Amino acid sequence: MSKKSFEEINEKIKQGKAVVVTADEIIDLVEEKGVKKVAQEVDVVTTATFSPMCSTGAFLNFGHTEVPIRMSKVWLNDVPAYAGLAAVDAFIGATELSESRGFDYGGAHVIQDLIDGKKVKLHATSYGTDCYPKKEVTTYITKEDINQAYLFNPRNAYQNYNAATNSSDKIIYTYMGTLLPDYGNITYCTSGQLSPLLNDPLLRTIGIGTRIFLAGTQGYISWEGTQHVLSVEKINQSTTQYSGATLAVIGNLKEMSTQFIRAATFEKYGITMFVGIGIPIPVIDEKMVEFLAVKDSDIYTQVIDYSYPKRSKPTIKKVNYQELRSGAIDLNNKKVPTAPLSSLKKAREIALLLKESIIKGEFLLQKPVQPLPDNNEFKPLNEREVE
Amino acid sequence: MKKIKLSLRFSPHLTEKPITYHLIKDYDLVINILNAEINFNKAGKLTVEMEGTEENIDKGLRYLEQQGVKYKIFTKTIIWEEDKCVHCGACTAVCPSRALKMDQKDWSLSFDKSKCLVCELCIQACPINAMDMDFFL
Ligand code: SF4
Ligand code: SF4
Repeated sequence: MSKKSFEEINEKIKQGKAVVVTADEIIDLVEEKGVKKVAQEVDVVTTATFSPMCSTGAFLNFGHTEVPIRMSKVWLNDVPAYAGLAAVDAFIGATELSESRGFDYGGAHVIQDLIDGKKVKLHATSYGTDCYPKKEVTTYITKEDINQAYLFNPRNAYQNYNAATNSSDKIIYTYMGTLLPDYGNITYCTSGQLSPLLNDPLLRTIGIGTRIFLAGTQGYISWEGTQHVLSVEKINQSTTQYSGATLAVIGNLKEMSTQFIRAATFEKYGITMFVGIGIPIPVIDEKMVEFLAVKDSDIYTQVIDYSYPKRSKPTIKKVNYQELRSGAIDLNNKKVPTAPLSSLKKAREIALLLKESIIKGEFLLQKPVQPLPDNNEFKPLNEREVE
Repeated sequence: MKKIKLSLRFSPHLTEKPITYHLIKDYDLVINILNAEINFNKAGKLTVEMEGTEENIDKGLRYLEQQGVKYKIFTKTIIWEEDKCVHCGACTAVCPSRALKMDQKDWSLSFDKSKCLVCELCIQACPINAMDMDFFL
């Protein structure tokens, strides 16, 4: 059985000899040549996703004004940022709403405007101290004139996610989009066979320190994502389903491009952000090829009824991504149209871009410094009586 | 030159008359049929785009009235700002006429304006604000 190390693969990349394919392309290759041959011939497989990811935000360091201020409240274009860090550091979260424009503008838009190099209005207030006497500042900043601007997303790249529908007689507005009454539609949200964590479902090669494509630049996996659970479920004899792994990621916002990260508003739900992530997966052995050959028809998700405003919502049906991609599925003897929420077109663009930069030697693989946990539980918040 | 979009309703006896032919021939109008539902026993419904000089459009509309064709002029149309679109597909979840559709091969969005019913559902459903309303007249 052939085995390859990260070092050997990186050596090949540096010499311009690495064979790189996308997670779409490897499916046909394996069918044609078999697992063994592909494990010998292919070195890296690129995966990607471009989906709405709420848990997005950015750390900013503004620098000091003459007569310095210890900012305790900060607004960026009227969107509150969290400044309970240090004198001139703040964190802007994607879902925060503007105090003047409501749902039309939020943290995600601030991040987008910063990336686009636009001027952003900074307003900060303070209680004033001996060393930081100034109590208020209003000015403009751009990404060029502040010290640091980096994206830090606590939870991205969900391994797999529910599909959503609505059994009630009213239209409902959710983070899964607009759901029409009486099972009028179904929405779903991963890039399926191209999705990063579905191609390395046991996280054998992805961990803390992994270098990734993040919104147009090179970023890193910094930790497990929030709500990370590496769960495995048997759908039938041949299909095993993986669902809950997530990633915390970090990268330099100044180098990003709004081609690969974009503010989004979900009607009557709120603001979020499309984030483009690409992860290269090294073909370390034959077992990896088996995982990488996964196709939409092997990947199942559950259609959940979002009309129940409860923690546990009923599962209507298990479906695979090939069925979801077909445009309609059968639900209670009715053909229900399906629609994606994440862009497969963009995900493919990212997978190809990543492939090209690896081939050109511009993107080297980084071996994880530590694996992500595989024994987390998914805990609810149980409300207790407070005295 | 001016362009309008209108829907026409015919009573049964009119479904055999070459109405669009006369609009084109007699009033020098460019007629683009966007949607046609003609049932010879019942009635006909046409959605058309009409282009011509202001004067000829007025004359054409008067001709329709004389013929007993009921019409309604659309004052709004939906525009898709393709350069903003990220091709996520969220709008296809609500589009009742399938005017908005994902290409099953390259997964890009396509917008077939002729099928659009101007129901406006996609405007709210698009997270990027790439669908917008355009008013004319
Ligand atoms: S919802 Fe908006 S961004 Fe998404 S495909 Fe439709 S028009 Fe494009
Ligand atoms: S206005 Fe209605 S019919 Fe027209 S494209 Fe939008 S959703 Fe479809």
